[in-house]
Amino acid sequence: MSQKIIMNFTVPGDDFTRAGEASSAVKRALKQLGLNSDVIRRVAIAMYEGEINMVIHANGGEIVVEIGSDDVQMILTDHGPGIQDIALAMREGYSTAPDEVRNLGFGAGMGLPNMKKYTDEMTIDSIVGQGTTVRMVVRVPQS
Amino acid sequence: MTVGDVRNILQARVLCGEDFMEKTVHTACGSDMMSDVLAYVKDQSVLLTGLVNSQVVRTAEMMDMVCIVFVRGKVPDDAILELAKEKEIVILSTNYRMFTACGLLFDHGLRGGCELK
Repeated sequence: MSQKIIMNFTVPGDDFTRAGEASSAVKRALKQLGLNSDVIRRVAIAMYEGEINMVIHANGGEIVVEIGSDDVQMILTDHGPGIQDIALAMREGYSTAPDEVRNLGFGAGMGLPNMKKYTDEMTIDSIVGQGTTVRMVVRVPQS
Repeated sequence: MTVGDVRNILQARVLCGEDFMEKTVHTACGSDMMSDVLAYVKDQSVLLTGLVNSQVVRTAEMMDMVCIVFVRGKVPDDAILELAKEKEIVILSTNYRMFTACGLLFDHGLRGGCELK
């Protein structure tokens, strides 16, 4: 793969049932490109957690995925409330999600820690009241 | 064991994926919290849950799972079943409750895949 493949998604914030469609499309594309299955799963899970976060916390957002021969980069941008304390948000089990989100099977405070666990690089830039950008990279092992 | 064995052990109804009863499954997990499934599961093939929504199928898809068992007799709606068909994930429904369903599968040799060392 000499040139990067770029995929753009708009994640709707008002339809929980559609959350995960972007991650599913990326997973399908990575499979078609024949990437290592471990890389595919790590990208899929990290992006899926991010996509779910966008829907439950930020009323949707945009995702750009760049697939290169060395790595897969995901940039998730939302215009939601922002994260007050990023270090606290990274702690396993900490969540600001309301009970109705927990009733849907999420909001256990594992989203951001999972995203960090499954990626090689992750940075979070957030401004309270303006939104959050999460950049994640999964490196592709070179054979 | 196979997906068909899971069906038989749990006396489950097959709601979709009848063609995949011969698929082999090695490990399983039971949870109503999809965040926990995404956090702790590794190479697991069967998800047992009492949660019924489309994100259960999405979670299984991301984890490369082949079978979802809805416990306590729960039955997903047509939209969820359609998504599962598209992803070639078997959907079973058993009347057993979560603890018993997990226990029966464990008793027949299925493991969690992430036991304490």
